[in-house]
Amino acid sequence: MAAAAETQPVVLKESAATKMVRFLSRTPVYLLLAFLGVLWLVPTFGLFFTSLIDPAEIGTTGWWEILSKPSAATFDNYREIFNNEDITSALWTTILVALGGTILPIIVAAFAAYGFAWLEFPGRDWLFLVVVALLVVPIQMAFIPLFSLYNDLGIFDSVLGLILFHTAFGLPFAIFLLRNFFIGIPRDLLEAARIDGASEFRIFFRLILPLGLPAIASLAIFQFLWVWNDLLVALVFARDTQPITVAIFSQMRQFSANIELIAPAAFVSLAIPLVVFFAFQRYFVQGLLAGSVK
Amino acid sequence: MTVEAQRAEAPQPGPPPEAYRGSLWERYGITALFLAPALIFLAVWIVYPTISTIIRSFYDREGDTFVGVDNYETLFTDDTLRTAIKNNFLWLLIVPAFVTAIGLVFAVLLERVRFSTAFKVAVFMPMAISLFAAGVIWRLMYEKDPEQGTVNAAVAVVKDAVSPSGVLSNARASTETLQGGPEGGFELKDAIQPGKVAQLGLTAIREDDVPEGAAQAVVPEPLSGGITGVVWRDFKPGGGTPGELEEGELGLPGVTVELRDDGGSQVADTTTEPDGTFRFEDVESGTYRAAIGPETFQTPYAGVSWLGASLILPSIMIAYIWVWAGFSMVVIAAGLAAIPRDLLEAARTDGANEWQVFRRVTVPLLAPVLSVVFITMIIYVLKVFDIVVSVAPGAVQDDANVIARAMWVRFGAGDHGVSAAIAVFLFLLVLPVLAINIRRFRREV
Repeated sequence: MAAAAETQPVVLKESAATKMVRFLSRTPVYLLLAFLGVLWLVPTFGLFFTSLIDPAEIGTTGWWEILSKPSAATFDNYREIFNNEDITSALWTTILVALGGTILPIIVAAFAAYGFAWLEFPGRDWLFLVVVALLVVPIQMAFIPLFSLYNDLGIFDSVLGLILFHTAFGLPFAIFLLRNFFIGIPRDLLEAARIDGASEFRIFFRLILPLGLPAIASLAIFQFLWVWNDLLVALVFARDTQPITVAIFSQMRQFSANIELIAPAAFVSLAIPLVVFFAFQRYFVQGLLAGSVK
Repeated sequence: MTVEAQRAEAPQPGPPPEAYRGSLWERYGITALFLAPALIFLAVWIVYPTISTIIRSFYDREGDTFVGVDNYETLFTDDTLRTAIKNNFLWLLIVPAFVTAIGLVFAVLLERVRFSTAFKVAVFMPMAISLFAAGVIWRLMYEKDPEQGTVNAAVAVVKDAVSPSGVLSNARASTETLQGGPEGGFELKDAIQPGKVAQLGLTAIREDDVPEGAAQAVVPEPLSGGITGVVWRDFKPGGGTPGELEEGELGLPGVTVELRDDGGSQVADTTTEPDGTFRFEDVESGTYRAAIGPETFQTPYAGVSWLGASLILPSIMIAYIWVWAGFSMVVIAAGLAAIPRDLLEAARTDGANEWQVFRRVTVPLLAPVLSVVFITMIIYVLKVFDIVVSVAPGAVQDDANVIARAMWVRFGAGDHGVSAAIAVFLFLLVLPVLAINIRRFRREV
C-alpha cells in the first residue's frame, strides 16, 4: 500500500502533463471545428439577417451591416408578408397539406401494416414484397397519368389532391417500417387479447397503436418534413392553391427585386422544420436514411 | 449480422391461435378492411400511373400516335436534354464522393474533441431545411455584387487586402497635357525641372467618388531644389475651363504621385494633401516627369458571377454539399463510435502512425457505413431538382439542367411523350441502386 501511495502522485503528475500536451495538440482541431461550424451557420444566418433589413435598403445592403448597427434591424418585412394574402394563404395551404399528408398515410399504413404483420391470408408475404418494391418508383412516374386523373376527378389544384398524392407515395415506406415494428410486439399479448374475445379492430386500436407509438412518432416527423418541404409535387398539381414553397418560387423570377418578400417568407417556411428538428433530433437520421428509398 | 441469423431471431408472424373466431370469410373480410385503403392508394396512385407512363412514353406529344422509341431518341439528341443527362452524370461523379469524404473528415475531427455537440448541430441543421429553402439561401450568398452577395464580399475582403482598389477608379485626364491611361497611370507630357510646379488635372470623377476630406485646390509655391504640384478635380458645377485651377474646384487627396526620370523609371513617390498638393524635396537637377500611378485607378472588385452559365453547376453542388455534409457526418460518426477502441490501440502499439491507423484500420472498418452514405447520396443526386431551380436564375437554368428538371419542363410544355420517356429513364437509373438499398434495408431492420 505504501508503495502505491508513493507512486500515485507521480502518475497523477504525468497524466496532468499529458492532458496539457493533449489539450494543446488539440487546439488546432478546436479552432478548425469552430471555423467550420461558423462557416456552416453563415448562410442560414445570412438569410435571417437579410430578412431584417429595412425594405428601403434591402436591395443595396449586405446582411452583415445589420451586425454593426443592430438598431437598424426591423420586422417590417415580416409584417408585410403577414399582411400579404398570397403568402398567408400559401402558409395555410402548407399547414393543411403537411398535416393531412402526415396523418392520412400513417393511419392507412398502420392498418395495412397490422394486416401484413398479424393477419393470416394466402399470398401475404408476396403482397408485402410488392408493396415494398413500390419504394423504387420515382414520383415523376406518376405525374402525367395523375395530372389527367386529377383533372377528371376535379381535385387538380386542391389541398385534397396534394394530400392524396403525398399519402400514396408515403405509404410503401410507412407500411414497411410499421409492419417491421408491429411484428416485434410480443405474440402472447395479441393471443391473450384474442382469447379474451377482443375484435381485430379493438386489438388494433387498444394494443397495436399504443405499442407502436415510437415508430409512428418517428415516421410522423419524417413524413411531416417531407411534405412541408415539398416543391415538385406542388409545382405539378397546384396552380392557385399554392403552398409556401411554390409561392416563394414564383417570386424568384425577379430575385433581387422581390428579396424583401422572399427572404422573410423563406425564413418562415424553414423555421417550422427547424423547430421540429431541434425538438426531435434523434429521430432524424433514421428517417433520412429511409428517405433515400422514397 | 447475416440475414439468416436475423431471420432466426426476429419473431415470425405465424398462424393465428386456435381460439381465433369467425368463419374463413369473416376473417378474410376483416383482413380486406385492414388492407383495402392502402392497396387502393397504391394501385391508383403508383401502380396504374407507372404502367401508364411507360406506355405513354412510346406515344407522341398528344398521345394519339405510336412512335416507338422516338421519344427515347430525343433524350439523347436534344441539346437541353443531353445537357441534363451530362450534368446529372457530373453530379453523380462529384457530389456523393465529396459528401462522403467531408462527412468522414468531420466525423474523425469530432472524435478528437470533447465538446462537439454545438458543431454537430451547426453542420446538421441544414438537413432540416428544405432543399428549396437552401437554394434560396445560397442564391442570396451568390449574388454578384460584393455589397450583397456574401461569397463575393468575402472574396473582396481578401482581394482588397492583396491589392486595394484605388481612390479614383474612373478618372480621366482633363486636358492633353496629361497622357496615358488608367492601366499605366497618367503622365505629364512636358518634362519638369526642380523648382517648377506641376498641375495634374483629372476629370470624370463623380461627386460621390471624390475622396473624403477634399478641400479647395491650390497651386503650391515653387520649391527650390524640389518639385511641387497639385492633383485636382478639374471640374466645377457649371463646367469651368479645362486645365485651369479655379475657385470651387477640389483637390484630390490620397492620390499617389510618382516622379519619373528621363528613362521613365520611378525615382520617388508621394501622396497628395487634402488640397491636392504634393511635394518632392531634394530633387537632383535634371528633367523629370510627374505622373499619377496606376494604383490610383485600380477598379473596385466587381465580383465573380457564381450564378453565371459557366460556374452555376459547381455553385449549386456546393450548396447541395453544404446541405448533406451533416447527414454524412452523423451517420459516419455513429459508425466510428462502433469501432472497437482496442483495434485502434493495437495498431498504435504496433507502431502505426495516425495516418496509417486512419488509412489501414479506420477506413476499412467503416467501409459498410461509407457505402451506405455513398449509395444514399447517389439516389438523392439522381433525383435532384429543388435546389437546381432555386439557386439557378431562370436564364441559366438550362445550363444547370438535370433530368428531373428536364422532365418537369417538358411536362409543363405539354410534351407528355418525351416527358414520360424522361421519367422512365430516371426510373431505370434509380432502379439498380434502390435494389441494393432495399436489400440492405431488409437486412438491417
